[in-house]
Amino acid sequence: MKRTPILFATMGLLLLAEGYFGSWNTALGIFNMGLISAVLALGVNMQWGYAGLFNSGIVGFVAIGGLAPVLISMPPNPGAFSAGGLGLILSFAVAVAALWAAVIVNRRASLHVRMVAIPLILFAGFLAYRAFFGPATNAIEAINTAAAGNLGGLGLPVAVSWPVGALFAAGAAWVVGKTALGLRSDYLAIATLGIGEIIVSVLRNEEWLARGVLNVNGIPRPWPVPREVDLQLSTSFTERAASFGIDPVTASTLTVKLLYAALFLIVLIALIWLAQKALSSPWGRMMRAIRDNETAAAAMGKNVTLRHLQIFIIGSAVCGLGGAMMITLDGQMTPGSYIPLRYTFLIWVMVIVGGSGNNFGSVLGAVLIWYLYTKAETWGPQLMGYITAGMTDGSVLKTHLQDSAEQMRLLTMGLVMLLVLRFSPRGLIPEK
Amino acid sequence: MDFLNAIVTLLNYVIIPASSYGAQLALGALGVTLIYGILRFSNFAHGDTMAFGTAATIVVTWGLQSLGVSISPLPTALLALPFGILITAALVLGTDRAVYRFYRAKKSAPIILVMASVGVMFVMNGLTRFLIGVREIQFDDGVRFVINAREFKAATGLAEGLALRSTQVITLVTAVIVVWALFWFLGRTRTGKSMRAFSDNEDLALLSGINPEKVVAVTWIIAAAITTIAGTLFGLDKSFKAFNYFQLLLPIFAAAIVGGLGNPIGAIAGGFVIAFSEVAVTFDFRRVVAYLVPGDWTPSGPIQLLSTEYKFAVSFAILIIVLLFKPTGLFKGKSV
Repeated sequence: MKRTPILFATMGLLLLAEGYFGSWNTALGIFNMGLISAVLALGVNMQWGYAGLFNSGIVGFVAIGGLAPVLISMPPNPGAFSAGGLGLILSFAVAVAALWAAVIVNRRASLHVRMVAIPLILFAGFLAYRAFFGPATNAIEAINTAAAGNLGGLGLPVAVSWPVGALFAAGAAWVVGKTALGLRSDYLAIATLGIGEIIVSVLRNEEWLARGVLNVNGIPRPWPVPREVDLQLSTSFTERAASFGIDPVTASTLTVKLLYAALFLIVLIALIWLAQKALSSPWGRMMRAIRDNETAAAAMGKNVTLRHLQIFIIGSAVCGLGGAMMITLDGQMTPGSYIPLRYTFLIWVMVIVGGSGNNFGSVLGAVLIWYLYTKAETWGPQLMGYITAGMTDGSVLKTHLQDSAEQMRLLTMGLVMLLVLRFSPRGLIPEK
Repeated sequence: MDFLNAIVTLLNYVIIPASSYGAQLALGALGVTLIYGILRFSNFAHGDTMAFGTAATIVVTWGLQSLGVSISPLPTALLALPFGILITAALVLGTDRAVYRFYRAKKSAPIILVMASVGVMFVMNGLTRFLIGVREIQFDDGVRFVINAREFKAATGLAEGLALRSTQVITLVTAVIVVWALFWFLGRTRTGKSMRAFSDNEDLALLSGINPEKVVAVTWIIAAAITTIAGTLFGLDKSFKAFNYFQLLLPIFAAAIVGGLGNPIGAIAGGFVIAFSEVAVTFDFRRVVAYLVPGDWTPSGPIQLLSTEYKFAVSFAILIIVLLFKPTGLFKGKSV
């Protein structure tokens, strides 16, 4: 019982030490990203910890959640919607109609009709979709190409986009879950791997949507967080900073980061509270019963596939929320940065190390692993420096070892995951 | 004449590239399916095992090149392949001993093994980067073409050139040899038969005195060999970049599932299904059509279903269709 507070206090001390001996800026940076990682880890923990579902496409759900701030809170690109909006809506309507028709035919018609009709419907639907889609996107991309060239957003406050990001991710999860759940457990892992790659490549290539690899910059700040420049220009702020003995530039970045941390903490605490409530409710007991013995749960009349779909969608939605928060923190959307090793498998390490099935464990694991992952960037080369200190300068082995020091991060993360999985599979804070 | 040009274009841009890519996917899927059949889990480390095997082969190739060894006109990598296989086999046997055996003895759920394979994937990825770095590497030092596009045009007088790269021929020939050897091994030898027995019914196989650890070890060695060969062929054909191998994971899994997980023939068929769909869906057929229809009928825009950036979407779509309609795959694989 005493273990949880001690571990959290140690984590806090580690961050304080980073601030005290290093820089408060870095410490707060690690803390903020750690909080977002904690949100992602909570989502993954719901899927894996509560239900034993393996999602290997977290990167995709994070990315699609990150699309929400762009579409909701960026200023609209004038003329883009009137140029291509109608065509886009028509093309999506055609696509949905074709899929719907295929589903209807699949339910009603005989086998022979189905085998001919479904491919025909889908193919014709796809061609019709393309006929509307191509001209519409070209028209949108032609408008104000240098600065925007995309649909733009609705200009709403960025906080609105967070739940919308969760909704986007939930939609993608529904598509995958509906097809891959209820089959053998590894099929979900493989299908999610696919949807993850597809979402990321859509974001990279569809310039009308979020400018693709051209990136979207200047995503507005959420409500209480000011811009650093405005703070530095305000005399009352610079005077107060001077009274603390900090220069205005540092003070402004610290203030911004602290406000972000406060916002993220509110979201995280609300999520943990909800998750704890859910876990201790009859619903949570049912989820664990299903996880521990599907056959017995099914015999008790629980619809295992439906419950799996439910928790898979909820967990993915939380990942989407985290993705939207991350884009808000970064202030820009860079689709090139969505790398599966970083956003899928590192989150897994966080959940496993923290303790799968325990919400506090996931949160601790997320902050700890993010801290280690960030610090390893400097520790790796330092350590390699000590190892190679005895070797002659300029030798092939020495340069090779020093060059590859930063690659050792992944190897270390893999080793940590394997060791925890094997020797302490319940993690730092085990499930009760 | 125009009809001939259309066929040559199709051969050049669709059939030849898709065949060699299909052979590479088929070999990759064979590895996945063998591991699945015997060890009963989807090995997420497969792509990175492929990358590691290729990296090991490249390092040996460099060693051989610096010694002046060459089997020109064939690429030196073919000579280095056995060494690459040995190194990779040692590595996967090591990971089996250190990681998977524990869960096997505990009879853990398959998903725990999948999880462990993710950890192994991280470690192998790190090892590969450590061994060879993250740069893109060209290591094909053989003769580049069997049929050169320019000479083909000159010889036949056709407007379209036909290029047949030697790596494509090597891929197909090697794949045929490997598949033949594998089926001979599984069908004719005692060890191969015991592997099939183990895959079909573990309890019955144990009862008849088959040593499970030996079956598992042989499976890993074979998988390492096929995987290294597949990876090296892919690297010779395109180029070596560790991340590309991770991205092969999806088409390889899709191929294995389309064919039916655990079924070797299915894996081969699946590899070609995926490769041909991927290439055909992302190919722009305008030039082919232009040769077949009267001049003014030629469409102005590309006749392409999807742009090449979305080739993953093809594997994914096929995967979803198979999961929806025939989850055991085209050839009967393991039960759902």
